[in-house]
Amino acid sequence: MTEHDKIKKEMEEWENSILRKKERKQSFRNLSEIEINRLYTPNDIKEFNYELDLGFPGQYPFTRGAYPNMYRGQLWTMRQFAGFGNAEQTNKRYKFLIDHGNTGLSVAFSLHTIYGIEATDPRALGEIGKEGVAIDSLKDMETLFDGIDLSKISTSMTINGPASILLALYIVTAEKQGHTAEQLRGTIQNDILKEYIAQKSWIFPPEPSMRIIVDTIEYCTKHVPQWYAISISGYHIREAGSTAVQELAFTLADGFAYVEAAIERGLDIDDFAPRLSFFFNSHNNFFEEICKYRAARRIWARHMKGRYGAKQIESMRLRFHTQTAGVSLAAQEPENNIARVTIQGLASVLGGTQSLHTNSFDEALCLPTENAVKIALRTQQIIAYESGVTDTVDPLAGSYYVEWLTNKMEEEAENYFKRIEDLGGVVPAIKANFFQKEIANASYKYQREIENRERKIVAVNQFEQREPCSVPLLKIDEEVASEQIRKLNKLKEERNNDQVQEKLERLKEAARGTENLMPFIIDAVREYTSIGEIINALKEVFGTYYEDSIF
Amino acid sequence: MDYSNFISQLLKGNPRAVARLITFVENDIDAAEEIINSIYEYTGKAYILGITGAPGTGKSTFISTLTKFYVDEGKKVGIICVDPTSPLTGGALLGDRIRMKQNFSLKNVFIRSMANRGQLGGLARATEDVIKILDAYGCDIIIIETVGVGQSEVDIFKSAQTVVVLLVPGLGDDIQAIKSGIMEITDIFVVNKMDFPGADKKVAEIKQMLEFRNNYKYDSKDLSVKYAKIELWTPEITKVNSKTGENFDELLKLIKKHELFLKESGVISNYMKNRITNETLQILKHKLTQKIEELLTSNKEIGEYINQAIQKSLDPYSMANLIIKKLGLN
Amino acid sequence: MSTEKKIKVLVCKPGLDGHDRGAKVLARALRDAGMEVIYTGIHQTPDDVVNTVIQEDPDAVMLSMLSGAHNALCPLIMEKLKEHGIDDVLVAVGGIIPDEDKVFLENHGLKGFYGPGTNLKTIVEFVKNNLKR
Repeated sequence: MTEHDKIKKEMEEWENSILRKKERKQSFRNLSEIEINRLYTPNDIKEFNYELDLGFPGQYPFTRGAYPNMYRGQLWTMRQFAGFGNAEQTNKRYKFLIDHGNTGLSVAFSLHTIYGIEATDPRALGEIGKEGVAIDSLKDMETLFDGIDLSKISTSMTINGPASILLALYIVTAEKQGHTAEQLRGTIQNDILKEYIAQKSWIFPPEPSMRIIVDTIEYCTKHVPQWYAISISGYHIREAGSTAVQELAFTLADGFAYVEAAIERGLDIDDFAPRLSFFFNSHNNFFEEICKYRAARRIWARHMKGRYGAKQIESMRLRFHTQTAGVSLAAQEPENNIARVTIQGLASVLGGTQSLHTNSFDEALCLPTENAVKIALRTQQIIAYESGVTDTVDPLAGSYYVEWLTNKMEEEAENYFKRIEDLGGVVPAIKANFFQKEIANASYKYQREIENRERKIVAVNQFEQREPCSVPLLKIDEEVASEQIRKLNKLKEERNNDQVQEKLERLKEAARGTENLMPFIIDAVREYTSIGEIINALKEVFGTYYEDSIF
Repeated sequence: MDYSNFISQLLKGNPRAVARLITFVENDIDAAEEIINSIYEYTGKAYILGITGAPGTGKSTFISTLTKFYVDEGKKVGIICVDPTSPLTGGALLGDRIRMKQNFSLKNVFIRSMANRGQLGGLARATEDVIKILDAYGCDIIIIETVGVGQSEVDIFKSAQTVVVLLVPGLGDDIQAIKSGIMEITDIFVVNKMDFPGADKKVAEIKQMLEFRNNYKYDSKDLSVKYAKIELWTPEITKVNSKTGENFDELLKLIKKHELFLKESGVISNYMKNRITNETLQILKHKLTQKIEELLTSNKEIGEYINQAIQKSLDPYSMANLIIKKLGLN
Repeated sequence: MSTEKKIKVLVCKPGLDGHDRGAKVLARALRDAGMEVIYTGIHQTPDDVVNTVIQEDPDAVMLSMLSGAHNALCPLIMEKLKEHGIDDVLVAVGGIIPDEDKVFLENHGLKGFYGPGTNLKTIVEFVKNNLKR
């Protein structure tokens, strides 16, 4: 009798002994609707092969971690997302965060900046500075980083449609501080595919958007070698309502699409792949999230090597940033969110994240107050310095449950890849509303499960109490908007408008052709052309995208 | 309720009055009676187009573009989008409006979403009434959009003068879906997304299907709409690109051609006869069904019949005949 | 007399905010409750919202706002509806509306204020019980 047969027999006996005991639920399904067993044994990972399935951290297939000694060598970057009001206010918040231990900057932009429209545009009414810092021109950017040495810090900018312009603004701001582009470290999110799928902050149609993205990848590969030109995101897909498996599959599928686009441009995979990074969500189901990250690394490595022929180890390494799930924050008894965020943050650390943003407990109600942000940062520091989980690499490896679930998620992701391929690839699948339908269905199902109390959220549908919320909230002064408009109008009078027009014309010409647009954008930005003016010029050439909505 | 104010506003071209009157006719058949009574003399000017096609054929974009062309010609357009009511919940998601790109000003275009409220055939009971309201409002063109699947969604031909069916290349099952039923009532087949591979193949498939059907001959003296559509009018086939507007002038010409055919062949008068007969039939069905249901549930004599039927001394057919006699309808 | 009245509801997202998960889930829930629902999509200007109300004549309008622009956009919508003589439609706003803004918005005629974690049944009942006609 083999070891497996013995275990099987004894397991049957053990199960029979508990058969009559009632369990809390009929079925225990995780957030991807995968049925979780009562117990996992070696029989659940019968074909487990350490070399092939796990390997060593920092080595193919990277399951155990992106880098060899992970947090023993260097802790993850504590990168709290921030941005509100005007550039002065956010500059202050950045300095506060750096003082309190933040090791990387992360910029949240005003909704009007995200859509590439000027503060003076009527569509910006009511939106300026509410969701992020209002940036319209180089002048704002200089204020944002005033007193912060850009050669000493890495900055992540959450921007998509106008990402190329924000990158140009960052480069020129650093230039004015006396630094070269080669010294700059950071990321632009620049992931337009997930915008069509989930976040909806697109500007142009898919084809020209992809062109601009490949332009930025190409430009960074040559001129800003320490910069990550793209942060391929699953966070928003998850927030829109997808399951964990969908987050995993759709994000990696987007990644493959960008790789293919860059290869089509003629770029060598080993030149650009090291400049790709990822951004995942960390949601409630602790083990599901850990397995998701492990599966992600393994899948990416396998495809990059096996399918796209990458030769350098750097090209196969999946690095990612994590943000704890905004959508899991409850408005009822908001202090409970501190506990939720702790669990979610811990999951991402055990999953091997390279940088982490932990949400503040009051974010279900408003942008975070200083106090709430401090607690969120402290949460990371407590995990890092007090919990001991950073003393060894990938501590959960070898767990029967964890390895089984990692395998299962990889399998289900591969199923999705096949379906997407059958539709012709990511862009055709987007046009066919494939992702949007999957997400809409998953989010409706989830909501029903919460309303039926199949899934329990403490203080929301379990242990509910009707106490009024008494948490002080961040308020954005309406003056910020009018001031931003005034500043922009003043800037337009003071700058050299002939130069601005000339640069915009040259940009349009390049857009009509096939040249890399980055140098033209940088030139325009230097003359204090506004983001809105640049986007309008590009819209003239590329058109605007209209969603074929389903619900 | 007094509708005269709304009606005078309607005739003056106030869109709010249009919308309110539509709501009244949708929700209350007695209101519908009063309202249609008052506005009937003002109807008859609009040209009615029925647009149908399987999901995925791009109907909304197509209608959007077609509307823009009409608006550019200076026409006022009304669009009625009908979506199915869920048989389980009685509710409906009216998802056509959101898909119209609206590259035209709503000054000259009135769009209204309707749920079919369980009516079979693809249209809502009140659709005819809504058409009249838009007609009286001054619309030159009224477009009715429904999802055409299967064989039962064909009522659109009873209300529309020209029926356009949309197909797309690559969607294998759309010809299957329109094999019978819709096939017979179509005046113009349009292959949308003509820039996609397989567009010409689709045109050829339709041509083939039509040839096959034309092998069956009917009595050509019969000028009823149904037969006229098979005998006297050969359905036109064309292709368009709704995103760029390519070939829409060709399509508009074909629609005009059909409009002329209806007049010159005399089929138009039979179409009118057909339409009015159908409309009245629907109203009669509705009213009489109500009355009969009331009788069956509350009339003592009929209650007796039912007891007899339970005792097996009277069968349902005989009972029905007795009731018809009672209503004086034999 | 024959009435087949259904409750007709417009679900809108005014402003630049593109987070439509809640709006879409709400639209489905209202449909499941037997209502006829039109979801207008994202990026609606106040004029877009009002034009749709004029033509579709809904019984209720549900505005989903999460970006903080509610104080600017909601009163503007109410004003425009008034200009067109539309005063019998329930207008509710939900999403992320801090308590301190509720009174201001209520004074402009808005109702509802349901936020994250609200049970869909609650919102459905609210619509049924607060119609103006």
